Amino acid sequence: MTTSFWLTVGLFFVLLALVSWALALYLRAVLDPNGKTWLDPVLRPLERWTYRLCGVDPRKEENWKGYLASLLVFNLVGLLLTYLILRIQQWLPLNPKGFGPLSPDLAFNTAVSFATNTNWQNYAGESTVSYFSQMVGLASHNFTSAATGIAIAAAFLRALARTRAKTIGNFWVDLVRITYYLLLPLAFGMAIVLVSQGVPQNFAPYSRAQLVEPVSTTGGDGKERRIEVQEIVQGPIASQEAIKQLGTNGGGYTNANSAHPFENPTPLSNLLEILAVLCIPGALAVYLGLAVGRRSHGWAVWGVMAILLLGGILVCWHAEAEGNPLLVELGLSPSEGNREGKESRFGILDSALFAVTTTATSCGAVNSLHDSYMPLGGLIPLFNMELGEVVFGGVGSGLYGMLVFVVLGVFLFGLMIGRTPEYLGKKIGASEVKMAALSILALTLSILGLSAWAIASPWGLAGIANAGPHGLSEVLYAFSSTTGNNGSAFAGLSGNTPWYNTTLGIAMLAGRYLMLVPVLGLAGLLAAQKTVAASQAAFPVSGGLFIVLLLATVFIVGALNFFPVLALGPILEHFLLHAGQTF
Amino acid sequence: MKPKQFSFADPQLLAFSLRGAILKANPFVLWRNPVIFVTEIGAMVSTLEIFLSPESKFFTVQISLWLWFTVLFATFAEAIAESRGKAQADSLRQARTVTMARRQREGREESVSASELRKGDLVICVAGDLVPADGEVIEGAATVDESAVTGESAPVVRESGGDRSAVTGGTKVISDRIVVRITSDPGQTFLDRMIQLVEGAKRQKTPNEIALGILLAALTFIFLLVILTLVPFLLYLHAPVSIPTLAALVVCLIPTTIGGLLSAIGIAGIDRLVQHNVMATSGRAVEAAGDIDVLLLDKTGTITLGNRMATEFVPAAGVDLLRLVDAAQLASLADETPEGRSIVILAKQQHGLRGREVLENQARFVPFSAQTRMSGVDFPESDGAPARMIRKGSGDAIEAFLRKQGGELPESVQQAVDRIARDGGTPLVVAEGKEALGVIHLKDVVKGGIKQRFARLRQMGIRTIMITGDNPQTAAAIAMEAGVDDFLAQATPEAKLARIRREQEGGHLVAMTGDGTNDAPALAQADVGVAMNTGTQAAREAGNMVDLDSNPTKLIEVVEIGKQLLVTRGALTTFSIANDVAKYFAIIPAMLMGTFPVIAPLNIMKLRSPESAIISAVIFNALVIVALIPLALRGIRLRGLTAQVLLVRNALIYGFGGLAAPFVGIKGIDLLLSLLPWK
Repeated sequence: MTTSFWLTVGLFFVLLALVSWALALYLRAVLDPNGKTWLDPVLRPLERWTYRLCGVDPRKEENWKGYLASLLVFNLVGLLLTYLILRIQQWLPLNPKGFGPLSPDLAFNTAVSFATNTNWQNYAGESTVSYFSQMVGLASHNFTSAATGIAIAAAFLRALARTRAKTIGNFWVDLVRITYYLLLPLAFGMAIVLVSQGVPQNFAPYSRAQLVEPVSTTGGDGKERRIEVQEIVQGPIASQEAIKQLGTNGGGYTNANSAHPFENPTPLSNLLEILAVLCIPGALAVYLGLAVGRRSHGWAVWGVMAILLLGGILVCWHAEAEGNPLLVELGLSPSEGNREGKESRFGILDSALFAVTTTATSCGAVNSLHDSYMPLGGLIPLFNMELGEVVFGGVGSGLYGMLVFVVLGVFLFGLMIGRTPEYLGKKIGASEVKMAALSILALTLSILGLSAWAIASPWGLAGIANAGPHGLSEVLYAFSSTTGNNGSAFAGLSGNTPWYNTTLGIAMLAGRYLMLVPVLGLAGLLAAQKTVAASQAAFPVSGGLFIVLLLATVFIVGALNFFPVLALGPILEHFLLHAGQTF
Repeated sequence: MKPKQFSFADPQLLAFSLRGAILKANPFVLWRNPVIFVTEIGAMVSTLEIFLSPESKFFTVQISLWLWFTVLFATFAEAIAESRGKAQADSLRQARTVTMARRQREGREESVSASELRKGDLVICVAGDLVPADGEVIEGAATVDESAVTGESAPVVRESGGDRSAVTGGTKVISDRIVVRITSDPGQTFLDRMIQLVEGAKRQKTPNEIALGILLAALTFIFLLVILTLVPFLLYLHAPVSIPTLAALVVCLIPTTIGGLLSAIGIAGIDRLVQHNVMATSGRAVEAAGDIDVLLLDKTGTITLGNRMATEFVPAAGVDLLRLVDAAQLASLADETPEGRSIVILAKQQHGLRGREVLENQARFVPFSAQTRMSGVDFPESDGAPARMIRKGSGDAIEAFLRKQGGELPESVQQAVDRIARDGGTPLVVAEGKEALGVIHLKDVVKGGIKQRFARLRQMGIRTIMITGDNPQTAAAIAMEAGVDDFLAQATPEAKLARIRREQEGGHLVAMTGDGTNDAPALAQADVGVAMNTGTQAAREAGNMVDLDSNPTKLIEVVEIGKQLLVTRGALTTFSIANDVAKYFAIIPAMLMGTFPVIAPLNIMKLRSPESAIISAVIFNALVIVALIPLALRGIRLRGLTAQVLLVRNALIYGFGGLAAPFVGIKGIDLLLSLLPWK
């Protein structure tokens, strides 16, 4: 068991390193407006044509405020458009089942969810939104919200590499190039591979299958019904699946998400989907080293992310493999582990690997139910999201989130070498610290503040299914997931109420924009600075010492804040469970 | 005022500091320090609970008491740092007794109080007088006892013209008579500014202090948020929690250690500088000193022993050695430069030629001028002796002089000039009429031990650049001998300024020392400019530090003090934040234990009871501030280590130590509390 575990995990990290490295080299060409890629013959004309159509001058760069303004306008228009589509879908085409408009709060929640790369789903796709809403309103965000995140990271890295610069790039150029050269080709390639594994890609109507063993259920009206026919989902699943993973979006085509055999049919597709989630965030970390001319720094940051991911996998897998002590007492073999809520095709290790990865990155796709994990197994996804999604994290957002920790870490520990702190030759002064602290503050305020409100208000309490610490975990998970723009859910919370739709929407907005505004501000400050000459007296930004100090920063600044509430939730539940009390 | 150390146990100092600590605890003053302000609010709320809450008064009283102690310990740290500065200021003030001045006005002399003097006034100081205010000698020369300011008992010479013309108010003229032009208004003198600075009255927060303050405030806000939101979570779980416990948790988590010690560290940094007899115009300069990675050092006086000395006479082919020595001495008799004097001395020592009373010969001295770049002496025709015209100067200047009279520089002289220059010496050619007599070899003597110091600086990542007026050949030879990293030869004030700018453009932070008026632009441009106290007023105003000992090597200490300040600040911040881990493990289980006894395994320190756990954590949190005051004031030693080694050391001691110390401390206090009879 242990040998196979280490083999699997070892192979997995080697693969991840290789993919990160290869993709980072490609990113260097994509994120440089004049970069040359092998797709140029096809995409270059399309790119030029897009600029001409939109009236964008690709040579004109923006300062951080201009960049931010372009980004916010683009996001706001997308958000309003989606809201509008969801509200008037009854008048729009491609609505064969004649779905009516979404309620204002649900439309708001859903529009925000997709615009912020969260893909939190308070609606049931199959029974609420039309094909048109799915394709135009929601699916388009899978590309644009991902490209937005990567664009911010690219601008931030430009700021680090530049000296006394006023501008940090052109948002529209970044957006177009990332979508055309990175996301579309990758998604295309991945969709093909998924099809090879058996994922459907068609426009056929749902198939109907005659059940071999018909089942009977009792409906809400008390009448018994006999089900003899099953509708089997069809559609362009492979293409949806590919961008859902690559863009760390996570909104599933089906309600079962990656646990559904059509979304994730084989062990190979499972591995591929996990790698797809990590590849762009991993590549961005490596690209950091290329962009600032210090490869070792990029790999050091990648290493910190990998260590945190591995730690999460170890704890989660251990907790799940141990199994439920109460069931063991009743005679279940301990070697079975905790299989509740897990797809039997994947088993414990692949489920734990997926759960940790999907929450470490801000993906939120799931192949098992996190709610059914052991308390400490479920603590890891929660912890990952509360760190601010920096363990590889969302595409782009993971890197810039981690760089905020780097800046704070350099500031905290940098003084100990006897110089005022500097990161890559940029002095970290009052304004830089202010920006970095603001972004951390926004996350903490959103998660803890809104959770506290939920737990203290009748509207919040109304949605909680389980009592005691488990109920607390459900609320905490919802606000951590939305604030971290993750989107995965801890089942058990009824989120589709006006109060939750609104507050969860606010959490998503706070987690995305209250984070990225100070981050871009920080980028502007860093770009404008002159670069202090490198010397051996400077703070080391690679090597073991840096890795240890960055880990310490992430734990002390990012994680310690959540220790009290985690103690009241999953940790308390763990001890109560072992004392025989369940919720 | 030489390094005067103040013991922590000095009862007068302690009493004074205690008073200061209580005054500083005034919330209307304290709000500027958010961390300690929040602590005080916690103490107030907890104290109020003693009267409002019916249960467990004993616990509430203890918590309140220790929270108040925390506040006082923090303000005490700042007060004691200030008191030490004040004690130093008092000893300075004694020098500022009311003095009477002889003011010269419209040719008359009048006696006025020193406080009436204004900028531009002329005063006369004779032996026995105190110099009434800062000024510049415009006439005469005198020996001055500057021990009141510098602590150095040997008197120094102050004279008009040149770079040793500045006098400081409060110093005493020992001999002769000088006329001084006052350069500062009352209350603005050097001594006044120094007193203000060490007293902390003029202290402004430095940029890094502000940045750290912002981070500490943000952390305080986050922890406040964490604890306030904990209340609804606890209520949801039906776990009661008392207000004093919450206050204790907040205070333990917010960075009280560094919040309490931050300003003391800053004050102590300036204090250390003053103890080294360097006076900074702002705390900002001290901080900048830590960042310096390029030192521009004047060759003369810093790298080499003062001035060049004559070491050898090299006659031209066919010229008698004694004739050369005689002419060289004659040409130098009236030359008051150290080089000139060294020629006279060398002639006397090596060849027994004594200085003659040349005035009898109606000799006319030709002083050095920038046009001719020569100095010398002319003798008129008298008593049958022919007129003589002796000159000494650099090779090319003398060559031009000879050419004008139809002579030329002989091959042997040119060879000697080249050889001397190659060896890093300065050749001085002596000529009489149109005949070159030979060459004087002037040599720089590199200070002992300076090479090792430069090596240590290099280890710390600091590059040294030697500034010299010498030609590149000479400069290279001395640079090699002294072990500097680079040199700037034939440096003009413009070249110096340009070099500083270039280094700064390249992202370096530059420090330099200077004393002359022509150094002023470069001193102002440098990130840290240390002016010599003996220097001109212009130089002293341009720099951001003044070295009272006028020791150019002091720059190295200044950099170390700056680094020490930053290291101390960083180490204590790390320690303070690392402490939190253990405090969580003390207090969180204690809060939950009453409602959920199953949480007991989280109590990894095995503290006796929830009350004891919380009180122990609060006591530890308060005591650690007091325990670290001496370290904050003394600073952490650097030992000239590389950045990497320094970081590893400090991360281990203050990071890992900060993680471990409270586990031991809190457990220890918990054990001690169990010994108390009333528990």
